[in-house]
Amino acid sequence: MAYFTQQLVNGLALGAIYGLIAIGYTMVYGIVGMINFAHGEVFMVGSFIALIGFMICAMAGISSAPVAILLVLLIAMSFSAVYGWAIERTAYRPLRGSFRLAPLISAIGVSIVLQNYVQLVQGARPKPHVSLVSGGFTLFTSDGFDVRVTWIQIMIVMVTVALMAGFTLVISRTALGRQQRACEQDMKMAALLGVDVNRTISLTFVIGAALAAVAGMLFMMYYGVIDFFIGFLAGIKAFTAAVLGGIGSLPGAMLGGLLIGLIEVFWAGYFSSEYKDVAAFSIMILVLIFRPTGLLGKPEIEKV
Amino acid sequence: MSHPLIEVEHLTMRFGGLLAVDDVSFAAWPGQITAVIGPNGAGKTTLYNCITGFYKPTVGRLTLREGDRTWLLERMLGFEIGQKARVARTFQNIRLFGGMTVLENLLVAQHNKLMRASGWSLLGLAGVRGFREAEAAAIELARGWLERIGLVADADRPAGELPYGAQRRLEIARAMCTEPRLLCLDEPAAGLNPRESAELNQLLTSIRDRDGVGVLLIEHDMSVVMSISDRVVVLDYGRKIADGDPAQVRRDPAVIRAYLGAEEGVDA
Amino acid sequence: MGARLPAILKDAGLTAFVAAALGIFIVGFRTIDIGSTRGLSFDYEFVDLAIAVATVFLGRLGLQLAAAGQRLPAIALGVILFVVGVSPLKMPSTFLHWFVALGGVALILRGMWPWAQAAIGSAGASPRGVALKQAGTKWFGWALLGGAVLMPFSPMADQKTMDLGVLILTYVMLGWGLNIVVGLAGLLDLGYVAFYAVGAYAYALLSTQHGMGFWAVLPVAGMIAALFGVLLGFPVLRLRGDYLAIVTMGFGEIIRLVLLNWVDLTNGPAGIGSIPGPTFFGATFTERAPAGGQTFSEMMGIPFSSNHRLIFLYYLILALALVTHLFTQRMRRLPVGRAWEALREDETACQALGINPTNTKLTAFAVGAMFAGFAGCFFAAKQRFISPESFVFIESAIILAIVVLGGMGSQIGVVLASILLIGMPEWFRDLGNYRMLAFGLAMVLIMVYRPRGLVAHREPSVRLHPADPGGGR
Repeated sequence: MAYFTQQLVNGLALGAIYGLIAIGYTMVYGIVGMINFAHGEVFMVGSFIALIGFMICAMAGISSAPVAILLVLLIAMSFSAVYGWAIERTAYRPLRGSFRLAPLISAIGVSIVLQNYVQLVQGARPKPHVSLVSGGFTLFTSDGFDVRVTWIQIMIVMVTVALMAGFTLVISRTALGRQQRACEQDMKMAALLGVDVNRTISLTFVIGAALAAVAGMLFMMYYGVIDFFIGFLAGIKAFTAAVLGGIGSLPGAMLGGLLIGLIEVFWAGYFSSEYKDVAAFSIMILVLIFRPTGLLGKPEIEKV
Repeated sequence: MSHPLIEVEHLTMRFGGLLAVDDVSFAAWPGQITAVIGPNGAGKTTLYNCITGFYKPTVGRLTLREGDRTWLLERMLGFEIGQKARVARTFQNIRLFGGMTVLENLLVAQHNKLMRASGWSLLGLAGVRGFREAEAAAIELARGWLERIGLVADADRPAGELPYGAQRRLEIARAMCTEPRLLCLDEPAAGLNPRESAELNQLLTSIRDRDGVGVLLIEHDMSVVMSISDRVVVLDYGRKIADGDPAQVRRDPAVIRAYLGAEEGVDA
Repeated sequence: MGARLPAILKDAGLTAFVAAALGIFIVGFRTIDIGSTRGLSFDYEFVDLAIAVATVFLGRLGLQLAAAGQRLPAIALGVILFVVGVSPLKMPSTFLHWFVALGGVALILRGMWPWAQAAIGSAGASPRGVALKQAGTKWFGWALLGGAVLMPFSPMADQKTMDLGVLILTYVMLGWGLNIVVGLAGLLDLGYVAFYAVGAYAYALLSTQHGMGFWAVLPVAGMIAALFGVLLGFPVLRLRGDYLAIVTMGFGEIIRLVLLNWVDLTNGPAGIGSIPGPTFFGATFTERAPAGGQTFSEMMGIPFSSNHRLIFLYYLILALALVTHLFTQRMRRLPVGRAWEALREDETACQALGINPTNTKLTAFAVGAMFAGFAGCFFAAKQRFISPESFVFIESAIILAIVVLGGMGSQIGVVLASILLIGMPEWFRDLGNYRMLAFGLAMVLIMVYRPRGLVAHREPSVRLHPADPGGGR
């Protein structure tokens, strides 16, 4: 039971990170109908910016952890957002109206570029980082097994919940959210009604990238080490989460993220850690085959 | 009259809360043009999509009959309806294989026949004579249709480069190259100028009279509908409101109401 | 023009600002390990950043000027950048030299583009130009083939060149195989390398554990890979294009992870070694014959040379690649080949014509996988050592890049793209580090500026009227 609870705690923390990345996939898919293959790399770039941000904070003598975290959070979100914006502007926007696989191929290109760019300028070696937040507390002990909850895990869940709440508010209450939903329904009609479609799509990428950067920062604090390659696996798992939850659905992305996190942790804990990625990939394939609309998604009706 | 080519019975199609087609029954006979008309959103294209297997109807039976053989279309997969029951269709927004040539479009339509002749590619790879002959025959059939639609000279051009009216005609020829029992046309006259429209009328009547194929026709252009169809079925809000020969339907008060409110008659 | 200059300057300034925002952290602060203690420190690279941002500013300025019709200033800017880039001026890294110089070249090309376009356009439209183009495409293929056949006898055929030739031809074969799936059938397969891996491991296992020879395994490896293609394809080929792409990628990764972790069968990350090389009518390419065997030099009665093996490998892969090509050309003219292309153009219309989409896609998938299996078998026999490292996702991406760059569906395009993408980086070792960067960039640029690839021409699979020069378009 204790072991189980421990896995549950670990799985939730990991799942929250996947969920944050998955939102970027699901939003972009909802609005422009493309898989933003480079989104995982934006997450990776976000984690690097966070790492560098923390180092600068330390050098500037900011010793208070909450201040540093808040500062780095803002830096990582805003500067990763520029990446999201620039990618959309240069690699995807010119392709609207091209053949249907063009954006995906372009996105693969962007993903390769970002990975190698970071490898080139930051080096291929893993980057360790001593987290500002350490320690935790023992939830309970049974059968001589301590169930530990770390402060970072608490922080991950809290940040995620706060962002989700704020984000849901934005989508459901503000003009931006309305425009976004309008574009999702019918881009041409939205444009005719005076919605600035380009701006709305740009903002979608910006928001998605900012959330991915938060995930990147949390990931770095959680694992204490990053490298240029983390975006690939995390990206695919987050995409799996988006599909599992129902692509296009925001609560679905979060739910899918949590499920993927739990599945990965439990699989590693009870079966074999070597095959934990195989489990994630298999789930993705099975969901796409048997329930492409996911858990909370709406079925698409093709117009002929 | 002999027995009908297709019988639609109690066809109902529901999308969530929306009833797109509501308990529609009618029949169409071989060697006749049966027009399906109705205001926008009346459920005409949905009806087509059910007949040609793109949607699975919620309720209803679709029986295609030729001689003693019958096919229950609602139980067949999308491509089987074209392959086995030989129901061919065209689309509201033209769906040609734009990057392939005109001739290739017509050969793809004869795919199943040619696949058998090529021994599922094995004999074809070996270059067996039987296959070469079958392919020559297929090209001849295609040439015949190109002559009828006046596109012989354009045979080797990419279909996507043709002018709009020619694309419409080519799509019909492509459907006819599958040698169908029933041909379903979805607004073939849309976007055509009066001259092209008249040519289309000729083509459709020749398909009916020369090839003896039963034609279902969705059309908004009343001049086309009234001058060539043998029977008209009128849909409104997913329900059938009239069914009969063109003259009858034109006088039907329910039809007049559906189209124009209460006062005027349908424009011919 | 005068009125537009401020707007152009503002735009270039904004672009430079975005570039600075992109680079300030990632480029400006380079994290480096300090000793063995768990810690990092910074190398400050602000000079690099400043040079890059300045280049972006000037580059954007030049592009906007060219777009506004001011071509001469644009070309002048390009020349300045190029000269600065290639000058012995001390810049912090060679990459920056490349960056600045290539930026200049791009600007010059952009500035000259309208003239070039006009010249090509008028030359291409003239009857002589059309005839020349048709003859050109026809003879170009034969010239390439002739060059490939004669290459081992040319004086430049040293060990390095031959190795490179074998490598390029391997990618040509893989590109042609994937071209069936992506180019003809329009199915984006991001896990193509999995079938390559299946072929390679099939040969490695069957030869080292069951003593089977290369020629016996070759068809088997193709069959097994095709079988994998069918097994994967059957459930997933109903999916929409982009979902299919992701699923195939997941499948590719699963295969790699299984190869990595199923140590009992595959020896895991350590790989499989001492795989026997291919034989020539039973003769080996070793110096001494195995018991009861014969070496190539004994068979031919010529002195032993280690080059024989390389030359043999070269012709072997050339032959395999040509088989792939001829098979594909033949298939294109069969009903199934036309159905592949029709599916790429419009699946809904295919269905309406009674074509079974799943079966048709499955044949494309299986045939493509089969050729990857053949290529894998060859790869294992050539390397004599394989490990899961050779079959990572990026390999699939490279093969896809070759197909996309070449022009989807174009056979000659695959050859050109292989030479460009595989040959060039190997030739210029300096570029090695930036090779993947260039790959990614090429994929994006091709999609944006020339989505139909280098060779966009499509030859009809059948003609009603025999091709008449001059009246083609």
